[in-house]
Amino acid sequence: MPFIPHTSADVRTMLEAIGVPNIETLFEEIPSALRIGALEGVPSALNELQVLQLMSARAREDGRPLCFIGAGAYDHFIPSAVWSLITRGEFYSAYTPYQAEASQGTLQSIYEFQSMITALTGMAVSNASMYEGATAVAEACLMAVRANRKSKSARILIPRSMHPHYRAVARATTANQGLVLEELPFARASGQTLAETLKSYEGSDITALVIQQPNFFGVLEEVDELTDWAHAQGALVIAAINPTSLALLKPPGQWGAKGADIAIGDGQPLGCPLSSGGPYFGFMTARMEHVRQMPGRIVGRTVDLDGRRGFTLTLQAREQHIRRGKATSNICTNQGLLMMAGTVYMALLGAQGLEHVATACMSRTAELVAALTALPGVRPMFGGAHFHETVLRLDRPVAPILEALAARNIEGGFDLSPYYPEFGPSLLVCATESRTSADISAYALALGDVLKNVRAA
Amino acid sequence: MSETAASTQSLAPPEPLVFEYSRPGRGAYSLWPSAEGAAPAIPAHLRRAAPPALPAASELDIVRHYTRLSQLNFSIDTHFYPLGSCTMKYNPRACNAAALMPEFAGRHPLASAAHSQGFLACMYELQEMLKGVSGMQGVALSPMAGAHGEFAGVAMIRAYHRSRGDLERREIIVPEAAHGTNPATAAMCGCVAREVAVGADGDVDLAALRAAVGPRTAGIMLTNPSTLGVFERHIEEVARIVHEAGGLLYYDGANLNAILGKVRPGDMGFDVIHMNLHKTFSTPHGGGGPGAGAVGVGPRLLPFMPVPVVAQEVGRYRLLDEKDLPQSIGRLTGFMGNAGVLLRAYVYMRMLGRDGMSRVGDYATLNSNYLLAKLRQAGFVAAYPERRASHEFILTLKEMAREQGVTAMDIAKRLLDYGFHAPTTYFPLLVAECLLIEPTETESLQTLDAFVAAMSAIREEALKDPELLHSAPHSMPVRRLDDVRAARELDLAWRPAAT
Repeated sequence: MPFIPHTSADVRTMLEAIGVPNIETLFEEIPSALRIGALEGVPSALNELQVLQLMSARAREDGRPLCFIGAGAYDHFIPSAVWSLITRGEFYSAYTPYQAEASQGTLQSIYEFQSMITALTGMAVSNASMYEGATAVAEACLMAVRANRKSKSARILIPRSMHPHYRAVARATTANQGLVLEELPFARASGQTLAETLKSYEGSDITALVIQQPNFFGVLEEVDELTDWAHAQGALVIAAINPTSLALLKPPGQWGAKGADIAIGDGQPLGCPLSSGGPYFGFMTARMEHVRQMPGRIVGRTVDLDGRRGFTLTLQAREQHIRRGKATSNICTNQGLLMMAGTVYMALLGAQGLEHVATACMSRTAELVAALTALPGVRPMFGGAHFHETVLRLDRPVAPILEALAARNIEGGFDLSPYYPEFGPSLLVCATESRTSADISAYALALGDVLKNVRAA
Repeated sequence: MSETAASTQSLAPPEPLVFEYSRPGRGAYSLWPSAEGAAPAIPAHLRRAAPPALPAASELDIVRHYTRLSQLNFSIDTHFYPLGSCTMKYNPRACNAAALMPEFAGRHPLASAAHSQGFLACMYELQEMLKGVSGMQGVALSPMAGAHGEFAGVAMIRAYHRSRGDLERREIIVPEAAHGTNPATAAMCGCVAREVAVGADGDVDLAALRAAVGPRTAGIMLTNPSTLGVFERHIEEVARIVHEAGGLLYYDGANLNAILGKVRPGDMGFDVIHMNLHKTFSTPHGGGGPGAGAVGVGPRLLPFMPVPVVAQEVGRYRLLDEKDLPQSIGRLTGFMGNAGVLLRAYVYMRMLGRDGMSRVGDYATLNSNYLLAKLRQAGFVAAYPERRASHEFILTLKEMAREQGVTAMDIAKRLLDYGFHAPTTYFPLLVAECLLIEPTETESLQTLDAFVAAMSAIREEALKDPELLHSAPHSMPVRRLDDVRAARELDLAWRPAAT
């Protein structure tokens, strides 16, 4: 029987010990009217060879197109050691480290993760992961309402230049607790959220301002100015950041005069494969004064009975298994294994390696933009500084172009038109360090061809 | 400490922190991408001033470090792990191999329809299989853990009442033995949890339930089998009471393993369910995650499912969004949740097949009842001796605590020395000095007997030398840790020494 080791002799021994004639008797407390016969909707079993053949065929259907989509998930190179280490059974098949003495490997790794991610963000404390970047934004909004005791409005300003899916998740997650999420416009010329746009909010009760750096368009925001403006209004600052970019960009802990209060993001760029959207991991870091308002698990260093260094889950009175209805969140299972991937990735790359990655992404994207905007009808949407993605303006509808590119085995980018109709036909493109000059030339060549065949608007 | 225990102490120093391997000028150079071409300049005021304090170590240092750390863990692959309510069954390797096939691992979540059909076919069939085992009419796969599924479920219940103009229903009823996530989820959804008593036989107190329901009742959250390890026998009556009061029923799927292929939550009267794919469908726990908490809904809640949902239209698969489901509670995930976990669960379900599903329920229950019978013979006390165990059961050690001063925690810690992961301790809170034990169907008779032998030996030790248990474990990389110090003198991150 698949994954069940019992022999018929074992079963006889066990039934005898229990004192029942058959397994069926063990279910006698279930009302008989509720019992079912054969399961509908489940096919009969495949063995491992058959299932892997099926999965290989399904995988071949999807193929391996050249990917120029970013939009929150980035095709970075993952060193071979990362998944070889984290899929060791001792990490892969362990539970949450509640029994600290038998979980020091996981606990020390989480402590190391907390150390590295706070070094990267310039913040004081980190938890052991959230589900992903989008839910981390939602949890950060809820946390800000708890942490900003002077504010009574539960009103949070979110730039419209933040990932539309992140904004949707924040809305769906916080609506039932009465949070008011107000969307801030961005400047059409630069794609930035400008302090002058915020004048109309001055003097009103604002709980927090969210700043995404780089923003959804890949554009760099004036984070110092925005941070200081928010603090002057008595609002907290929630930084939503790409961890790879922090090898080059000012960490949120140093934004403005006081630094951001909470810094969150998606850890996917740090060793997690694209994998159709997950599993990734969210990270959440904050100033020390807010640590008791954080959701999720936190690991602390301590000593054992003999004075030896050891690690344990701490500040658990924030969590659902202790505080139940008064917990900071309902989160229990998090994204531990992906956090491990991030930990091993950061340890392998180090500060210098990560800087190489970030720099390579920027130069590849610059190369891509130069190659594509050399084509007639393709123009950059925003000037100014970008990280590794950028918005292109096209002179004809994007959807048929992307479809034609897909037929040539190229995923050409993310169509922004449905989300930002005021842009007209517009495409968000990205190149990481994984794209070669040959890849970029192939894309430019294909797009040139496709544009000849797709009619202008 | 006994001599054998002392002799197991290693002479090797503890594994250093990864930062202690750092030397200026060292690095895993072959992993750095080449820096061809010129990167555009970043304005000076947006640039980072000093590099982050990450390790500067060789690839071998890092590989050795995390290999050694892994060896400090107990895991399913190395130890019997009978953690109640967590379903620590074998995680087949094929599931991981399939999910990490390059096409699946490399597929972008926003890829075009042309590069999506293989993946979406798996997801659509997974939805259909989960409908089959749960008896529900719709399934959404995006919630990323059990608690996230709970959030989706309670948010749907609220949306349902709101759509009917029924705005006062904000109470979520939970049995007093419920998982902590249940009341925490109610609060996340702007509701208030109201506890109802459980009778001495482990079933919900129906009189208390009748008194609790009313025009403010949004719904009830139940596990069945319950957190007490017994089947809620009056479930049909519970459903009637709650539905007649205008509330809906939420099924917490943490214990679905017990009844897989035997009885379906949809047939019991539940309106919504989350399924912990990392429990019942054997995706790895990964030292705390990832999970996957797919939700299933009955007819009342179909319009409110979170997006995206996979649809099949004339042989093509596509993701439904808010435009297709205008009453949806919305999007709970940036993309479509823990897709790689969903693929692993899909592979596992295909390998079990129709008959394999009900064998899970059969053998999980057989193992649990066998272990309970043998432990009772060895002198341990069942919390619900008159009841059949489900896939898990509770022992109460209050007599031992009273007579020998040995607690459930002491036994749990001593089990580690015997090479067994501890059962769940002190949950549910309702039972004093309890151990919640779940063996799962993938453990053999020999493993269960070895566990009984260890428990019997520990019971002997408790009579002769309780101090040995109070100070356990003795053979782990560390002894009991100072949790008070951890919370009082917070040390949550390593920092380089000030220069």
